[in-house]
Amino acid sequence: MIQKLYDWIDERIDVAPIWRDIADHEVPEHVNPAYHFSAFVYCFGGLTFFVVVIQVLSGMFLTMYYVPDIENAWKSVYYLQSQVAHGQIVRGMHHWGASVVIVMLLLHTMRVFFQGAYKKPRELNWMVGVLIFFVMLGLGFTGYLLPWDNKAYFATQVGLDIANQVPFIGPELKTLLAGDPKIVGAQTLTRFFAIHVFFLPGALFALLAVHFILIRRQGIAGPL
Amino acid sequence: MKKGKGMRFVGDSRISADKTSTVPKDYSEYPGRTEAFWPNFLLKEWLVGSVFLVGFLCATIAAPAPLEGVADPTTAGYIPLPDWYFLFLYELLKYDFASGPYILFGILILPGLAFGALLLAPFLDNGPGRRPPNRPIAVGMMLLALASVFWLTYESASKVDWKEKAEANKPIPPSDLVIDTDDPGYAVYENSCIGCHGDSLEGGAAGPSLIGIEETPEEISKIAVEGIGDMPPGMFTGTDEELEQLVEFIMSVNEEAAE
Repeated sequence: MIQKLYDWIDERIDVAPIWRDIADHEVPEHVNPAYHFSAFVYCFGGLTFFVVVIQVLSGMFLTMYYVPDIENAWKSVYYLQSQVAHGQIVRGMHHWGASVVIVMLLLHTMRVFFQGAYKKPRELNWMVGVLIFFVMLGLGFTGYLLPWDNKAYFATQVGLDIANQVPFIGPELKTLLAGDPKIVGAQTLTRFFAIHVFFLPGALFALLAVHFILIRRQGIAGPL
Repeated sequence: MKKGKGMRFVGDSRISADKTSTVPKDYSEYPGRTEAFWPNFLLKEWLVGSVFLVGFLCATIAAPAPLEGVADPTTAGYIPLPDWYFLFLYELLKYDFASGPYILFGILILPGLAFGALLLAPFLDNGPGRRPPNRPIAVGMMLLALASVFWLTYESASKVDWKEKAEANKPIPPSDLVIDTDDPGYAVYENSCIGCHGDSLEGGAAGPSLIGIEETPEEISKIAVEGIGDMPPGMFTGTDEELEQLVEFIMSVNEEAAE
């Protein structure tokens, strides 16, 4: 039955080469913890991606309740946290996942750095990876405001003040982020929401795609 | 794939009508003990991932995500703190050489150099050797950067009393509680308590909320007269009858709130 279904699809779109590009490759001995336990350091990249998937899924569920509006944002989070079945767990996963992602990303970056795995021919993939790091920090910064509690509000104020002090483009940069040169309010919340939920994830997915395609093309760096 | 003349296609598409093999490649020719990613290695990865997920879920349940009171720009003396992974930048800006007239050094030049160097690391460290001893400068700089980031984060976080901060900024549930201001007890409340506990018992800077308390009527009347903690004795001034009315009023608000 499944074979028939596969054949039906395969006849039309020739799927074997597609899944082969993704899945059919060898795992060299030096990255396999089954042979060398110290190879667990190669897990951090995969775990980062795994937590990113958790973030995407839990974030999707959070938006089912979250209202990006200064009147209701905090109330919707409070409701999710205290009334919705498993809401506390979903929000907890997203909240702590944000920290775990940064930790895993740092460990992955350190593994690549100290092994010198970014050297020729993998310079481009390293740069894409650092950009992913920046996007993640941006996601952390914008996501911090969304619950609209005191912590969020005052920390964002500090962040925007820092943006304001950038020479030449400071005030414009702040206005771009906050929606107003002075007020941190309704506009700021909707902008941070849009950046957190649409702009940065879009950039993240594009960068992740390039990151993975490059790994598949170049293969993992050889043993030291 | 077969190329050139003699190729057959499915319909008018570009899909070849000749079957490609679905058997995974044989990796035994590769040097070392390689393993096929699909499905052997992926299964192991899934097992590790499941263990990780269970651990992560347990941690999530053990420590619920924090939420403070709703944002209020008029909150006086609130000390803002970013998420922990920005603490090192936040701490850096407290140093004299990175603040005031040198703020550009703190917000732009130093982080710009650090992150710029990180981005361009492959071109700055472009020798052939990959082992750390072969590239002492790059590894040394990274260790120095890591040490400074850890130190700054520690400096920043160790000075904060996280427990007290969370305690002082608890979320207050939005209430549609209607306070009966015609209650004789409310008049007594207005005289003695309203200054610190707010005009709808919501609490304030000087006194906690009186909604959702667990004290018995006797304890409330005792606290009103004798004080508790930071509350000095003698805040209540009035007759015993008024005290009774006050306690009854506070209890009735709490009963209503509990519904």
